[in-house]
Amino acid sequence: MTKINVNVFIDREDKNTTLELGRNSLVTDLLKKLDINPITVIVSRKNELILEDEKLNDNDEIRILSVISGG
Amino acid sequence: MNCCNDKSVSSLYDGSKLCRNHFIEYFETKVFKTIRQFELIGREENLGIALSGGKDSLTALHILCRFSKQNPKIKINAIAIDEGIAGYRDKTLKKAKEFCGNNNIKLHIFSYKEEFGLTLDEMLKILNVKPCSICGIFRRYLLNKKSRELKFTKLATGHNLDDECQSILMNQLRNNVEASARLGPKAGIFNNERFVQRIKPLYLCTEKEATTYAFLNGLLDTFSECPNARQSFRAQVRDMLNDMEKKFPGTKYSIVNSFLKILPLLKEKYKNGILKICAKCNEPSANDICNACVYLERLNYRELETNRH
Repeated sequence: MTKINVNVFIDREDKNTTLELGRNSLVTDLLKKLDINPITVIVSRKNELILEDEKLNDNDEIRILSVISGG
Repeated sequence: MNCCNDKSVSSLYDGSKLCRNHFIEYFETKVFKTIRQFELIGREENLGIALSGGKDSLTALHILCRFSKQNPKIKINAIAIDEGIAGYRDKTLKKAKEFCGNNNIKLHIFSYKEEFGLTLDEMLKILNVKPCSICGIFRRYLLNKKSRELKFTKLATGHNLDDECQSILMNQLRNNVEASARLGPKAGIFNNERFVQRIKPLYLCTEKEATTYAFLNGLLDTFSECPNARQSFRAQVRDMLNDMEKKFPGTKYSIVNSFLKILPLLKEKYKNGILKICAKCNEPSANDICNACVYLERLNYRELETNRH
């Protein structure tokens, strides 16, 4: 398997999406692909925070939570 | 470098990584140190916390409740303003009520509709003004007036390092240095009995740190954003700062730390700014008539004009 599929929820856009990434992709690769500045989000998997250097797995459920103040 | 063998949940701008427990300890220590360093809270206080129901104000309230448990002479109250922004404030106020109910905190809610006769949404249909400017004027007006009437000794807000950075830069870009003299961990310049001192316990915490703390303590609700915020000048300054922070980690700390070095000079320079009392409402004002009354007059005039035609 050279590719993995990752299911992503982006809370600021209230959007679910599935992305295809390379097999050894990290959270930082996912954010780059989505053009999201890592300063502006925290990322969770199974309700646990993960960092930018965390490796992603096939069929991961990832939540990207905005740190931007709402108002 | 990792703090221990436990899984890291946060990486700081200097590259160090912290696990859940060490991050919470780091964050709370930083807030308590900020409170001591800037003498934000005395031994005995009747504190009001401005609560929007968003993550920053909930984090400030959560951590000040912990502080109050260690210091029983510090009393905690929450105050919220319902501006009347359909589909936004109702959601965050629900979260605010829920948190205060669960933690036995008295929550005082005041609305634009009851206090001024119109919601923010209704005001914006009448006046062609920038939403955040007019909203901020009325919100600060009500927070100060009601905090004083409720006899709060100080009003704590959830403003963090990112908010402060944005304000510093916005004032520079608008050539409004005098407004920066009113920034800092203790906001406002004037010692006046009608003005309730505002304090910012999260002053040295980044927005990302505050969100991480909120997440780890179950304070993070579904994301909710004011429909007026995306078009604001602040939002553009915020994006620019986040781009800089990504390229040059530590930029925000540098801006705030250098600002703290010149803040005493700014306060000294503008200390003689005369605080007047508004001739219409008796609230503190920089002018003979305060901005809130100026806008209310414009709103009433336009509304009468509209009804006449």
